[in-house]
Amino acid sequence: MSRMRIKKSKFSIPSKYILLVMTVLCIIMMVLTFTTNVITGPLEAVSGYVVIPFQKGINEVGMWLTSRSDNIKRMNELIVENTELQSAVDEMALEINLLQQDKYELSRLRELYELDEQYGSYTKIGARVIGMDPGNWFSIFLIDKGTNDGIQINQNVIAGSGLVGRIVEVGPNWATVKSIIDDSSNVSAMVLSTSDTVIVSGDLELMNDGIISFEQLKDEDDFVAEGDQLVTSRISDIYLPGLTVGYITEVHKDPNNLTKSGYLTPAVDFKHIDTVLVILELKQTVE
Amino acid sequence: MLRRIVVFLIIITGYLLQCTVFQKISLGGTVPNILIIITSSFGFMRGKKAGLLIGFISGLLIDVFYGDILGFYALIYMGIGYINGFFKRLFYPEDIKLPLILISGSELLYCFSAYVFLFLLRSRFHFSFYFVKIILPEIVYTVLVTLVFYKAILWVNEKLEIRERRSASKFV
Repeated sequence: MSRMRIKKSKFSIPSKYILLVMTVLCIIMMVLTFTTNVITGPLEAVSGYVVIPFQKGINEVGMWLTSRSDNIKRMNELIVENTELQSAVDEMALEINLLQQDKYELSRLRELYELDEQYGSYTKIGARVIGMDPGNWFSIFLIDKGTNDGIQINQNVIAGSGLVGRIVEVGPNWATVKSIIDDSSNVSAMVLSTSDTVIVSGDLELMNDGIISFEQLKDEDDFVAEGDQLVTSRISDIYLPGLTVGYITEVHKDPNNLTKSGYLTPAVDFKHIDTVLVILELKQTVE
Repeated sequence: MLRRIVVFLIIITGYLLQCTVFQKISLGGTVPNILIIITSSFGFMRGKKAGLLIGFISGLLIDVFYGDILGFYALIYMGIGYINGFFKRLFYPEDIKLPLILISGSELLYCFSAYVFLFLLRSRFHFSFYFVKIILPEIVYTVLVTLVFYKAILWVNEKLEIRERRSASKFV
């Protein structure tokens, strides 16, 4: 068997040369993506059309399965409570479930609607989250809208009651969002009550505790306290002003005795994010 | 030809599972790395060439959607696939120890290079934290998933090899 294979591929190239060529290829790609946008565009478009439909499909199936498992779970609870009313309960549980699902959807849509009212002056588009970063190092996720719906890089993404992140990559029918809790993300924010600007940066070390850190707060008179709201600042290049980032949970003085830093709780529940709104306006910049 | 299609489908399936289903059943926010299992097992089952090509495709898939620069993950996965290819001589389908050791080694290598290039270079020096909170859980979870997933890959590979053997004996 193995002898046969050796005979068949007698003139094949040794694998170390392939490794060398591919390594050079990778490095060229890295350099090219750093400097230009030559290969990413077409490649992203093609792979978007190949992979995204699958991903959407799996998502649909996943949602279907979770709704099924919810059904079963809730049904069991009711059966234990009302064994004598078994049959009636069965019927009603199903009904309740359907209504419950409608209710959840309603409340979610209401929340989105309220958010829409709050930031009413911007045009927005709703999108579903269809995939998460496959690794455990960063917090990037995939949504099901792309350039076809008017999405561009650096547009702001909001959900629940505040800022989620920004668009970092975009294809015809998909876009990736880097969330503000991502380790490589920095947001220029300000304290709503005093208008002091701070830098909010995501941190993998704090992610499990559900908080992120901020720094470079100049507050000599100790006006800023726990519970103060942080919103995106007016001087940010990317983020539109006035979007809620979160609430301060801890402030402490830096060793330099000039600035303060601390932690804040984001306004968005990043663990359970399934629908987001993308603001289609870009922050105005000086060209 | 059939092998190429099947392997490509396995990679796509693994990638999709990792991005969707396993995100939902993640343990404490940790997701197993299926693409490493695929890359590594084809590396030691089929040799260096297969390992590096499969690693390249898997890495590129991550790069296109989630990477900052194209080619970074492709390079890491390719290297891992290639290194696993060296162990082809030691590989027996019945043996589960070698795959487990190799896959967890590959996982460690992947996590370590991710830490060095993506975190250490941005002056995040707290290695012990990242090791205990990110790298170790990922390795453990991946090894657990390996026990199931590797069997499936092995089965597919054996079926393919039987098929190839049959068609080879038919035509030669």
